[in-house]
Amino acid sequence: MVTSHAGSLERRGLGDEQLVAMLRNMLLQRQIDNRGFQLNRQGKIAFALGSEGHEALQAGAAMAFVRGKDVLAPYYRDLGLVLGVGVTPLEMLVSMFARAADASGGRQFPNHYTSRDRGLLSISSIIAAHCPHAVGVAYAMKLRRQAGRAVLATTGEGATSEGEWHESVNFAAVHRLPIVFMVENNNYAISTPQHAQMAIADVADKAPGYGIPGSICDGMDPIATYGAVKAALERARTGGGPTLVEAKCFRYLSHSTDDDDRSYRDRTVIDEARKHDPLPAFEGVLLEAGVIDQAAVARLKADVLRETNEATDAAEALPYPEAAELYTHVYAGAYEPWQ
Amino acid sequence: MSTTITMPQLGETVTEGTVAQWLKKVGDAVEKYEAFVEVSTDKVNAEVPSPVSGTIRELIVSEGQTVPTGAPIAIIDEVGAEAAPAVPTLDEPVRAAPVFVAHASTNGNGKPAAGNGSLRGASPAVRRLAREYAVDVAAIAGTGANGRVTARDVVAAAGAGPAAARTGTIEPAAFVAAPLAAPPDGARKPAGSGPASAGRSTYAEPIPGELMPLTQARRIIAQRMVESKQTAPHAWTMVEVDVTNLWKWRLREKDAFERAHGAKLTLLPFFMRGVVESLAAFPLMNASFTPEGIRVHKDVNIGMAVAVAGNLLVPVIRAADGLSIKGLALAASEIIVRARNGKLGPDQLSGGTFTVNNTGANGSILSAPILVTGQAGIVTMEAVVKRAVVRDDDAIAIRSMMNVCLSLDHRVVDGAVASGFLADLKRRLEAMGPSGSL
Amino acid sequence: MAVMNNVDAVRATLYDALRNDERTLILGEDVGARGNVFLITKGFLEEFGPERIIDTPLAEASIVGVAIGMAMEGLRPIAEIQFADFIYPAFNQIVGEAAKTRYRSKGDYTCPLVIRTPYGGGVRGALSHSVSVEALFYHVPGLKILAPSTPADIKGLLTAAIEDPDPVLFLEHKKTYRSVRGEVPEGRYILPIGKADIKKPGDDVTVISYGYNVHQAVDAAGRLEGEGISVEVIDLRSIRPMDKRAILTSVRKTRKLLIIHEDNKFGGVGAEIAAMVAEEAFFDLDAPIRRLCGPDVPAMGYAITLEEEFMISTERMVRAMRELAQF
Repeated sequence: MVTSHAGSLERRGLGDEQLVAMLRNMLLQRQIDNRGFQLNRQGKIAFALGSEGHEALQAGAAMAFVRGKDVLAPYYRDLGLVLGVGVTPLEMLVSMFARAADASGGRQFPNHYTSRDRGLLSISSIIAAHCPHAVGVAYAMKLRRQAGRAVLATTGEGATSEGEWHESVNFAAVHRLPIVFMVENNNYAISTPQHAQMAIADVADKAPGYGIPGSICDGMDPIATYGAVKAALERARTGGGPTLVEAKCFRYLSHSTDDDDRSYRDRTVIDEARKHDPLPAFEGVLLEAGVIDQAAVARLKADVLRETNEATDAAEALPYPEAAELYTHVYAGAYEPWQ
Repeated sequence: MSTTITMPQLGETVTEGTVAQWLKKVGDAVEKYEAFVEVSTDKVNAEVPSPVSGTIRELIVSEGQTVPTGAPIAIIDEVGAEAAPAVPTLDEPVRAAPVFVAHASTNGNGKPAAGNGSLRGASPAVRRLAREYAVDVAAIAGTGANGRVTARDVVAAAGAGPAAARTGTIEPAAFVAAPLAAPPDGARKPAGSGPASAGRSTYAEPIPGELMPLTQARRIIAQRMVESKQTAPHAWTMVEVDVTNLWKWRLREKDAFERAHGAKLTLLPFFMRGVVESLAAFPLMNASFTPEGIRVHKDVNIGMAVAVAGNLLVPVIRAADGLSIKGLALAASEIIVRARNGKLGPDQLSGGTFTVNNTGANGSILSAPILVTGQAGIVTMEAVVKRAVVRDDDAIAIRSMMNVCLSLDHRVVDGAVASGFLADLKRRLEAMGPSGSL
Repeated sequence: MAVMNNVDAVRATLYDALRNDERTLILGEDVGARGNVFLITKGFLEEFGPERIIDTPLAEASIVGVAIGMAMEGLRPIAEIQFADFIYPAFNQIVGEAAKTRYRSKGDYTCPLVIRTPYGGGVRGALSHSVSVEALFYHVPGLKILAPSTPADIKGLLTAAIEDPDPVLFLEHKKTYRSVRGEVPEGRYILPIGKADIKKPGDDVTVISYGYNVHQAVDAAGRLEGEGISVEVIDLRSIRPMDKRAILTSVRKTRKLLIIHEDNKFGGVGAEIAAMVAEEAFFDLDAPIRRLCGPDVPAMGYAITLEEEFMISTERMVRAMRELAQF
């Protein structure tokens, strides 16, 4: 393995393997994300959400997350973050195809995860509704004196307008809980630009209002995001209380397959932002630093494509849930419906 | 092999799409997942990726043309040894139809019992109880508001006592025919009379090719049969009965009986006598299913299925267990005459606890009858047929054999009870012979 | 057997739960230092400490939402909404999240949460301290809803609620807090959720009720005994799941049904009972089903005349029972 070239890359303690792992996560996220759109345009799945532009920040945050200890309360655009904490491409595709084998049994929209074993909190589609839950989990960690554990709760910037986000941060701050609120600021809540969402330019500026530290990082740089999230999680784990981390990024696609952003966004702005696409950018950084060579990059991309194709084919072949499944898991144990 | 590409549904409520621009020409190669057409809808514009790798064989729709979702737009000849998987559609998985649970609690028929016109305005409970207990509401002084006849009044009038008043819950009424004030179609015509008026198909004289309107009787029969089958899980069993001796007995008695009483002596009253005795030994066969429990009846009221042109009646001999073979013969005879003449009273059409059906009269040797709703069993006498039978000592003899079939409500009766009942009935019938008395 | 009132029964049950299961904790406004506005948790803070008796910020959505997170992580939180009138901001969390946690994750995550709240009027509470909220929530599969109104029922059902693996909304009629007293068995016991209780057996009329009205109905029925009218009063105790069997058994016996509840009639709990009985016991009914319920106005007013017009008097109950019996 090529060792680091001193001075050429701000690694923040990450080794070559970890850097390559982040690149792989970004590539896989992009591939699966695109696959969702492809399948929808082919008429095979009803709905998909896009996360293009969020790859760097999600790979970085995932690298800072400690598997087996931390809990992730994600939102629906966190495809890469969720991959990064251990959910597999097959599970992703199975959920897109709404098959019975899905963790929710095909009940949830795609990108709505649950995996208690991997510390992945079950979420709904309601913006910010998961934030109080994340706080409750953090409270339990503190009550039980579970050293070294923390919660990472993510949202977009639009969610910070919701009352339940505000109440969550406030509660966490009052009780100095081991939680990080990460805001993936891509400037748009579907079609609402940030300036219509809040009167400030940086979401991190809300932090002092709650009495907690806020930080801003470049969400298009995985290492920078890793550094910011890692510092915040460390503070949480060691009794320092909550942090608000704002990662600035860009959303290249429309909100979802049911949205067409041509009605509210300027193409030239998007085209300009594409020049800073985090994927080729990070690829270039690693190539230049000698962490990886072109052949390895090509192999990585081919591997990611193959993995996605295999997952797609395997998932597509699985059956839908039986209709009778609708009536299960309403309550624990046997359920006698009223009629 | 070739794949036909159809217009995808781009967006939840979208029903059609327009081919904005073809990105490939006929003959061009295309890779799986490569965009090959740009489609626009009123919600989104999008490039559609190909589901297979191959060559464009045909572009069916021209640029600018709008087609419905699912319409074919292109054909691609695939390359590669494997057949491309068929493009699955977004058909919804078949959902089970919602299950309508038929409740055993009702008979669903709001028609008043014969002759009970004052049921108009009566509450559901009063209607049901009046029918069940065969009480004439008009004859009761009501104790309810404004002189209303209450359910308690009906029960009191029936003399059933407070216990019945409290627990008269889910007993379905007996099989009730159309009001006999208006005899069913065809009753006035002797069978085989002249053709029906042109264009009027009737049950007695159905005309192929014509739609026969439902009479009230037919409507009720249909309703009752469906209700019975949907409510009670029917099971079925049978035994063969050697009626050689019984037949001899009947032959010996019949002429004297006819002279003395003016009525025919058939096998039916002998059979019914065997039935009521076996019911005493197997009381579960004389019961009704209710969600609160199995109501084992004290009374033994035997219904007999009687076909009366276009209609099926089941008049009831009440307290049949108190009648001898002679008594049963006379009661049956009288009731059948009344049935044929449309003269049955409401108390003769309700309250049955078990039913007997003489299916053998027309030659049947096996039947699977449908239960009268509320009863746990219905038994048939099939035709008596002389057959070669192997006896206990391995000798072959000619015996008169009669099959006896039983349909049972498996909620009430299990196989052991049913077969025990039939075995008992068989034993009794086979024990009947010329030395007996009517 | 101890004799106590409803508020003491709640208090004693909560105390036992906190003593016996270290996973339990209480969170809500003023539950710590103040000991709850009805003094239900007085002394708890001193005994169990601030980590288990939490004075939350004034924010109902997060009182319930944070409790959901605690429950998802395996604690047994008992969240308090100070008055049922304040529950609306938490509606999203109760109906959209708590009720669906098990369903949407196929049991990977569950929500063993209790939300306690005082409801009901007759205490000069006016527009925002008197409402009944059961009709807003009983519609929702995934929730359980209890409304016991005697001390013994409260102890058994609150214990059951705390130990239940699913979210339970526990409604306490505040007018019964100090006015209803009764015997309570010693030691831990649970009553099954989903079972009603016949508070007074009878033959002529079935009365179904819950909350404060139950006590009035029993009173009214007692007066009618003297007139030879025998009324059966059933205390639902559990609104979801509801004891269908008890309702139908009684109606099939008496053939006459009167539903009494303080909440507005339109879309109230009585509407579902009436519809179900009409569907399943039609041929047992000797009179139309009657509902004696709150009027179709947003809330009861502060002035005593307005409050009394809204609340159902025992006299009105007597009249309604008598009319139905004589129908």
